[in-house]
Amino acid sequence: MSNGDRSFDLIVVGAGPAGIAAACSAAESGIHAAIVDNSPGPGGQIWRGESRTQNSREAASWYKRLITSGVDILTATEVFDQREAGKISAESANNLCQLSYKKLIICTGARERFLPFPGWTLPNVIGAGGLQALVKSGLAVSGQKIVIAGSGPLLLAVAAYLTEHGADVRVIGEQAPWSRLARFSFSLVFQGRKVLQSFQLRRQLSGISYRAGCWVVEAEGNGRIESVTLRSGAKTWKEPCDYLACGFHLVPNTELAALLGCERRAGFVRVNNFQESSIAGIYCAGEPAGIGGLELSLVEGQIAGYAAAGQREKAQKYFGERRRLRRFADALQRTFALRNELSTLPGSETIVCRCEDVSFGRLREYSSWRAAKLQTRCGMGPCQGRICGPAVEFLFGWKTEFVRPPIFPVAAEMLAGGTGAERN
Amino acid sequence: MSKTVSVAVNGSRVTVTEGTTALAAILMNGRTFVRRSVMGEPRGALCGMGVCFECRATINGKRHSRSCMILCGQEMDIRTDE
Amino acid sequence: MKPRAYDVAIIGAGIVGAACAEACASEGLRVGIVEADIIGGGATAAGMGHLVVMDDSEAQFSLTRYSQVLWQRLAAELPSDAEYESCGTIWVAADAGEMDAVRKKREFFQARGVPVGVLDAKSLREAEPNLREGLAGGLLVPGDAVIYAPCAARFLIKRAQSHGAQVHLPCVVTEITADGLRLNDGSLIAARWIVNAAGTWSPELTPGIEVKKRKGHLVITDRYPGFVKHQLVELGYLKSAHSMTAESVAFNVQPRRTGQLLIGSSRQFEVGSKEIDANIMSRMLVRAEEFLPGMRKLSTIRSWTGFRAATPDKLPLIGPLPARENLLLATGHEGLGITTSLATARLVADQLLQRASEIPAEPYLPARIPERVHV
Repeated sequence: MSNGDRSFDLIVVGAGPAGIAAACSAAESGIHAAIVDNSPGPGGQIWRGESRTQNSREAASWYKRLITSGVDILTATEVFDQREAGKISAESANNLCQLSYKKLIICTGARERFLPFPGWTLPNVIGAGGLQALVKSGLAVSGQKIVIAGSGPLLLAVAAYLTEHGADVRVIGEQAPWSRLARFSFSLVFQGRKVLQSFQLRRQLSGISYRAGCWVVEAEGNGRIESVTLRSGAKTWKEPCDYLACGFHLVPNTELAALLGCERRAGFVRVNNFQESSIAGIYCAGEPAGIGGLELSLVEGQIAGYAAAGQREKAQKYFGERRRLRRFADALQRTFALRNELSTLPGSETIVCRCEDVSFGRLREYSSWRAAKLQTRCGMGPCQGRICGPAVEFLFGWKTEFVRPPIFPVAAEMLAGGTGAERN
Repeated sequence: MSKTVSVAVNGSRVTVTEGTTALAAILMNGRTFVRRSVMGEPRGALCGMGVCFECRATINGKRHSRSCMILCGQEMDIRTDE
Repeated sequence: MKPRAYDVAIIGAGIVGAACAEACASEGLRVGIVEADIIGGGATAAGMGHLVVMDDSEAQFSLTRYSQVLWQRLAAELPSDAEYESCGTIWVAADAGEMDAVRKKREFFQARGVPVGVLDAKSLREAEPNLREGLAGGLLVPGDAVIYAPCAARFLIKRAQSHGAQVHLPCVVTEITADGLRLNDGSLIAARWIVNAAGTWSPELTPGIEVKKRKGHLVITDRYPGFVKHQLVELGYLKSAHSMTAESVAFNVQPRRTGQLLIGSSRQFEVGSKEIDANIMSRMLVRAEEFLPGMRKLSTIRSWTGFRAATPDKLPLIGPLPARENLLLATGHEGLGITTSLATARLVADQLLQRASEIPAEPYLPARIPERVHV
């Protein structure tokens, strides 16, 4: 095992749209930069596989820019610790890499929020983004019956994608009520490009039932999902399916920011106008600074990249567009806020912590996250609370505690800082 | 014509196109679950992006590997819970 | 719940306070437990939960042995989430010199009726195939066990409640008065006796007692059932535990029922911060890897720190303060709080009920450190 110690002026953590935009902007200013991502290839979630499949012109153009920018692209490289200021520890192909930086831009994106309901642990109950990721990674869904449910604009994008790949999407169940969705559509009028997107989506999705005020009550099946019980208003019905793609919008991946000591507000990383966090030299762009979608991630990435490279005037040129996109992002959050009925879904036996198989009934006995964790081990598994954390926050109002290394599970020798030979 | 890669899933030969993850290779041929939970429940993928750890399999001898994050490599040995 | 006059008010619902509550309540005393945060949230939550008999002094032996037997008797009644496992301990000897120490330990334990066995190099490898080659052997103590302490503390509290004990939680004590506890809302809980079982917080309520924080680190892995079968401790552990220097690490690894491996141990004085100290955590992991080379490749999923309550002479403070007959201490257990909690509770109950204890209580009395204890 060799120790890969490398030094950069700037490290961008996360190679989704925000990270790619940040890295390109900074590198074009001449700064020696690297971009790091734990996936096998760049693109994050929304541009997963785009370097190969070239479906999105925008992604292709940014990816080309990244390749020509001279940024070191370190994929399959997972940051798990920072042992001393200015040096992050990452694991790549069972090797330890200690990466030094003068400036850091956190572009760690978001993950889907999962809420428990009876049957949600059945095989083939997958996140909405999760199922799309699986199909992009080689899973065939042609001819498969799929129910898409949960919340957020992702449901529509996933429905379109799966339909394109031959799936039979039976229904899309959005928990937000029609009244809120209607207001959101109205606000789309002010977001030029988005109107076009939504029009294209509508064409792709014609024939698929899109139901608002609709949510999953139960997933049923023997060894894998066979049907879903949906509720919409007074109506409850069963929909047979091969897959249930269910996710409740997004939560930010703020673990690295928390480990580094960046202040957070309402769960997001607090940043100033130049996307700089409470720690000088550490920036944050994209979803961890506020869920806002692709365009906002690109804009914030460029602002952070230029700012980190000392090009403040260039960064400032994007302030106006960011303001406009943030208004959209705020509307997004309001529209897809979770309704109270969702907290009544889990039964006593419904698993909440999937790593440790802790049921809702057991958690209900406790009045704090810490007590629940200690007594049941909820949140103490390898996902480190990434899945059950947002669920218990919604169900009980419990907030997660401070973060300690490793922020991803990693071999003991990595956590220790390498083999004996490499350690000082 | 994309390149193909040959891997072993629980001892059986599976041929996949380049860029397929170990998880997708596992879920082909009708297999729905990847691991057994603490209480023995069958579990498949959930997040697809390496944060939920439901897709853990033993890949080339390394236990608890997230199969959704690993691209199939030639002769890769993939083993799941039964 | 209106606070009423208790026979005994116990400060702290960690494993020691919980055990005291159970012991007193089951004897018919009216017990109130006051806890500032959650049950088992201090050192109880952070520690390894190793139930171990120690030979470093007669007093330490007496207390740990007595308590271990109490745990063995209680085992059948513990809930499954307390995860009591009789995995035993192996004290690992790296060389011939340490094998001499192993033989001395055997003599000590055998003379006092503790079943032990000496393992030579070959039988050590058979017992624990993942230990490195070249170790000299070890001492097997089959009666030692491990437990998941926060759930055991909860069980003891519930037992106490079934005997009429009342729990006040969360409830912060600001002062121990002559006849009870003053809480931070100004109200008073009246009690005939008070037991300060507040661990590292005990000097805040009883100023002057010599209880210092001794920080420890722990790391836990994903599930690898069978990787180790016994709690494994290096003989150098005692040097680390007894050293008064600023920091030390020692190999101390435990199999949990879940198949996870719990890796320790470290000791640091004078460190108030709860944050992970990367250097000492590395040293601890490297030390463990020296004994278990395969451990390098195990996936670690969490790290944490905790504070032990340490006294100058390594023995806990159990009993009344010289100047205050109705104030008892039950604190200062360093790394043996979970092991000795049940015995501590018996000693406390005995003293309250003025009856002889099964082991001599003098070595643990606060009065043994006369000049330093002022109230």
